[in-house]
Amino acid sequence: MTVAPEMTRWEGTLEELKGLVSPRALSGETVLLNMGPQHPSTHGVLRLLLEMDGETLVSIVPDIGYLHTGIEKNMESKRYEQSIVMTDRMDYLAPFSNNLVYCLAIEKLTGLDVPERAQIIRVIMAELTRLNSHLVWLGTHAIDIGAMSLLLYCFRERERILDLFEMLSGQRMMGTYFRPGGVWRDVTDEFLPELEKYLAYLPGKIDEYEALLTRNPLWIDRTQGVGIVTPEDAIAWGLSGPVLRASGVNFDLRKAQPYSGYETYDFDIPMGLHGDTYDRYLVRMQEMRESIKIITQAKDRLKKATGPFRSQDRKFVPPPRAELGTSMEAVIHHFKLWTEGFKAPKGEVQVMVEGPRGIISCTLVGDGTNKPARVHFRTPSFIHIQAIPLLAKDHLLADLVAIIGTLDPVLGDCDR
Amino acid sequence: MGVGQPQKTGNAGFLATTLEEMVNWARTGAMWPLGFGLACCAIEMMSTQASVYDLSRFGMELMRPSPRQADMIIVAGRVTRKMAPVLRRLYDQMPDPKWVLAMGDCCSCGGVFNNYAVVQGVDEIVPVDVYVAGCPPRPEQLIHGILTLHEKVRNENFSKWRRENAPARV
Repeated sequence: MTVAPEMTRWEGTLEELKGLVSPRALSGETVLLNMGPQHPSTHGVLRLLLEMDGETLVSIVPDIGYLHTGIEKNMESKRYEQSIVMTDRMDYLAPFSNNLVYCLAIEKLTGLDVPERAQIIRVIMAELTRLNSHLVWLGTHAIDIGAMSLLLYCFRERERILDLFEMLSGQRMMGTYFRPGGVWRDVTDEFLPELEKYLAYLPGKIDEYEALLTRNPLWIDRTQGVGIVTPEDAIAWGLSGPVLRASGVNFDLRKAQPYSGYETYDFDIPMGLHGDTYDRYLVRMQEMRESIKIITQAKDRLKKATGPFRSQDRKFVPPPRAELGTSMEAVIHHFKLWTEGFKAPKGEVQVMVEGPRGIISCTLVGDGTNKPARVHFRTPSFIHIQAIPLLAKDHLLADLVAIIGTLDPVLGDCDR
Repeated sequence: MGVGQPQKTGNAGFLATTLEEMVNWARTGAMWPLGFGLACCAIEMMSTQASVYDLSRFGMELMRPSPRQADMIIVAGRVTRKMAPVLRRLYDQMPDPKWVLAMGDCCSCGGVFNNYAVVQGVDEIVPVDVYVAGCPPRPEQLIHGILTLHEKVRNENFSKWRRENAPARV
């Protein structure tokens, strides 16, 4: 098998290049350098075209789409409840946040209720997802900057979160645990004791990470003053999540526009002062502690909350197995839901949640059938990657990997 | 190890074996993969290399960022139409002998993404030695796939090392 020559050649024209880089590049004064899509520090398959003056970055052109999977289009040909499995695979470090936003959109479109117990389980899983995502961020960000051991520590702690996910959903990463009207099944007996053990174990480990990094002169040299975003810029470029809050903007959807009962939990929104890489690191570390606080409260509530873990509306939620033998109506509902699913009314809804990276928003257009007419996701990585030139301009090439790491893009989230 | 009959040679200080077995054994001892993650499976691939599953037990912890230093490529994730030429190019840049492990459903057969954007199986682009099913496969599954590949390499035949259709040089 040989590769066709046209497949490996640069396909752009000189005219295209003129709009992207400075005129100095065309005269040969500056150097054009390709970074990615196969590069250990681009967090997946991001490709950057760099214009360099010596070791200083003059312009940066992100090239995305190497992981474009057509998820939004695929969802149009699947029934509402069949597409949840696709949302897992968008932002694969925060699968349950994506599940949550999609299920919330379906619930808003159909007016489906979510019982209290389901809301609590959802909050626990969403916050565990945040911890999971931040642990991977810390490990990969640190290894990019040169602190090798952090990756091994972070993945050790992350494995235990994955074990918790597996207890409930049966899968380590892609749980598809959230369903319209609640969650797939109730928490199992061994889950809560394990969760408690983990909540006692993790804060000490976060202290350990901070002991390794926060006052480490090498870490400070590599991160302080690198990739500064002013609050005005952050809002103008649509940045969200820890990146926005590190610039000193107090905006978190869990407080500003609460969903799933977040308004009833007691937690703080950590904020930075300078908007540089170091502050974003501090904000995320603090967020992990706040997540532990939320999970601890939710866990206590879950012990008291009785009631169903999923809505009892049989037009949307299949009946439990036990009812099938005794109730003809249950059999009919079961058959209808598994053969053609539920129908959602005509209309357009938009729902936003605060994911680990920032605002994930889902726009769902229903046309009265059992399949959505259009699904669109506004994902934080897509918005953050466009800001790489803003952050990295006039920095050294070595700082670029710190800046990519601090924005924490996931290319599956960006390209979808 | 297929190195034979140490008991016959006793304390003579040498081992007798065939060159084929010796070389094949050496190749499985330190098979460096290309550090090439695409999507979700790449995270499980990182888990496999990290502390709990520790791929260095099999001499494979060293992910090479350059294809020219890599022995094998673990295609971890969905290969899209835009990525396909890049993947082929990376494969062509790897020195012989080289092996390909397709990790996960997406790159084995397209998985759940049967659409315009995703290549329906990476074997449309490069020859695959081992397929690992799962979405994503657990680290244990990946390790099993890797050990299967090692077994395949141990049983390889000298005469087959020269590939009949040598890939184009890039």
